[in-house]
Amino acid sequence: MSGAPVTVRVQRDDFDLAAEVRALSASRHDIGAVVTFSGLCRDEAGTLSALELEHYPGMAEAEIARICRQAIDRFGLQAATAIHRYGKILPGENIVLVVTASPHRQAAFDGANFIMDFLKTSAPFWKKEHATDGSAGGWVSAKDADDGARDRWSKS
Amino acid sequence: MARVDLVYFAWVRERIGKAEETLELPDSVVTAGDLLGYLKTLGEEYVAALEHENVIRVAINQEHVDHHEPIAGAREIALFPPMTGG
Repeated sequence: MSGAPVTVRVQRDDFDLAAEVRALSASRHDIGAVVTFSGLCRDEAGTLSALELEHYPGMAEAEIARICRQAIDRFGLQAATAIHRYGKILPGENIVLVVTASPHRQAAFDGANFIMDFLKTSAPFWKKEHATDGSAGGWVSAKDADDGARDRWSKS
Repeated sequence: MARVDLVYFAWVRERIGKAEETLELPDSVVTAGDLLGYLKTLGEEYVAALEHENVIRVAINQEHVDHHEPIAGAREIALFPPMTGG
């Protein structure tokens, strides 16, 4: 098992992409590639006023850390950071950040992709929509496409 | 009888009407699936929350398990819908 550093945070506040990339690569000279993925809240063509994100404290952090460790071992990443927000999030705001580092680009791309696919299907977070017309918000349904995206990693 | 903390999330929490509770479970409740069946005997709110049992996810001591998993030794059991983070 690799001792590559994993940083996981579940927080209400926003995050800063540049600061997280700096923190991950600070005082190292062996990293050749850094990939960042950030997921934002869409307004769904003006119908959505906010998302409310609920999570399972403790398990959320543990699951994300477990997924990051798997990605490090599978792709030989040099470091991984994952930050997920909870609470009320407005259209245009950040929801999730994944940063991966590796000697060459492919591992960092694949690692970030892998982390997101598993995060979506096994990290305990749930989104509730608030509508701009004031109607009662509904819980977002899990998508079969997300299960498919996760399962493709077990085919290769 | 085993005493266990139950925690609920998202629409499971809303339908049951509480986020957590501590229950004494009868010895007949052996697996996570047995627990779902037992809870449905406790009231209409549980029936409404757990109506589609196959979609309900279970975590024991904050780790995912399937419905066949024994719950012996569980301190905390969580019930929730499929996850929609990211």
